[in-house]
Amino acid sequence: MNAGTLYLGAGFALVLTGLACALLRRNLLRMVLGFSIVDTGVHLIIASVGSLAGRTAPIIDDPALLSDATTLAVDATAVVDPVPQALVLTAIVIGVGVTALMLTYIVRLHDRAGTLDVRELRELKW
Amino acid sequence: MTRTVVTLIALVAIAGLFFVLLGLGTPDELGTVSRHYVERGIAENRAANLVTSVVVNYRGLDTLGEVTVLFLSVTGAAFVLRRRERKPVDAKASRASEIVQTGARVLVAPIMLFGAYIFVHGHLTPGGGFQGGAVVASGVLLLLLADRERELPHGLMSWLESLSGFAFVVAGLAGLWVAGSFLANRGVLPLGEWNRLLSAGIIPVIYILIGLKVGSELAALLDVMMRGEAVAGGPSGDRHRGGGKRHGGGTSRRAGKKRTKGGRR
Repeated sequence: MNAGTLYLGAGFALVLTGLACALLRRNLLRMVLGFSIVDTGVHLIIASVGSLAGRTAPIIDDPALLSDATTLAVDATAVVDPVPQALVLTAIVIGVGVTALMLTYIVRLHDRAGTLDVRELRELKW
Repeated sequence: MTRTVVTLIALVAIAGLFFVLLGLGTPDELGTVSRHYVERGIAENRAANLVTSVVVNYRGLDTLGEVTVLFLSVTGAAFVLRRRERKPVDAKASRASEIVQTGARVLVAPIMLFGAYIFVHGHLTPGGGFQGGAVVASGVLLLLLADRERELPHGLMSWLESLSGFAFVVAGLAGLWVAGSFLANRGVLPLGEWNRLLSAGIIPVIYILIGLKVGSELAALLDVMMRGEAVAGGPSGDRHRGGGKRHGGGTSRRAGKKRTKGGRR
């Protein structure tokens, strides 16, 4: 089992933990916490898909990583995949925004209903 | 009960799916697109950090969308919390400890400087506009924790935020004007020499703009969330204490306090 598979497995485990938390808990704050854990797991999964064993970070600060110094071509077998890392960067920012919005709604909901328990918020149930 | 069982079955099914996916493993070579970004990235953009090259240049339009999403979520949060009442000032209760106050006085400037360092060097080192902006906002958070009554310069922050967003779009349009594609790098600013601070064309400019925008947005979000602390209101909200069971630990702490009836606005 290589390191990439290990990260992938840890990411799947985090997603499952977070889903269980979001689905089984009845407290809204804990459900948001569950979504946050799912978020983290997804980030780990995406990053692990791009991590290639034995390679360095895609930051070319060393001329040794160049395969041709005149054309500034980079050796594609020396660094990991930058695209999943860029995706995770985007995903983290969006995750922060979504979490902030969820927490804001919970604050308002608590103001109105005085509870955080989803079982007691029956206004939209039928 | 049924719901718990169904949830558990669904979770087990998802776990099985994940197990199958785990068997497939991870790729051990770069894909076609990634290969182009890695091999040609330095030659085309001169940005040492290839992730920055992808985020700001190759997928720059996505980043514009990302900035917009962050802006919308902050606006949404401010809109939702806007109607909350301000807590009557209780100077004694809201005063931070001596350690926090002194720590804030010492640390806020270095934290802000470090945030600026991170977003200025986004094309050379790990980091960039979003990370640096988050660090700047954490400095503002320390400021607010030390003094809850502190008024942030809202006018300046909203100008900074709007102007940097506007300048991001203008930089993109400059690429459209000069090189024929939105957010194009080549030809707008000189690319400079690889691995130097003044290099990579418009990439550091855009990352500085993103840093300022994200920093002021997140600072505004923290401000909004910390301001509307306790509210009078809600219909006699002690419903959940009736059953004798407390849901979720300390979260219902506030329910014990006296509420003003009919205070909803």
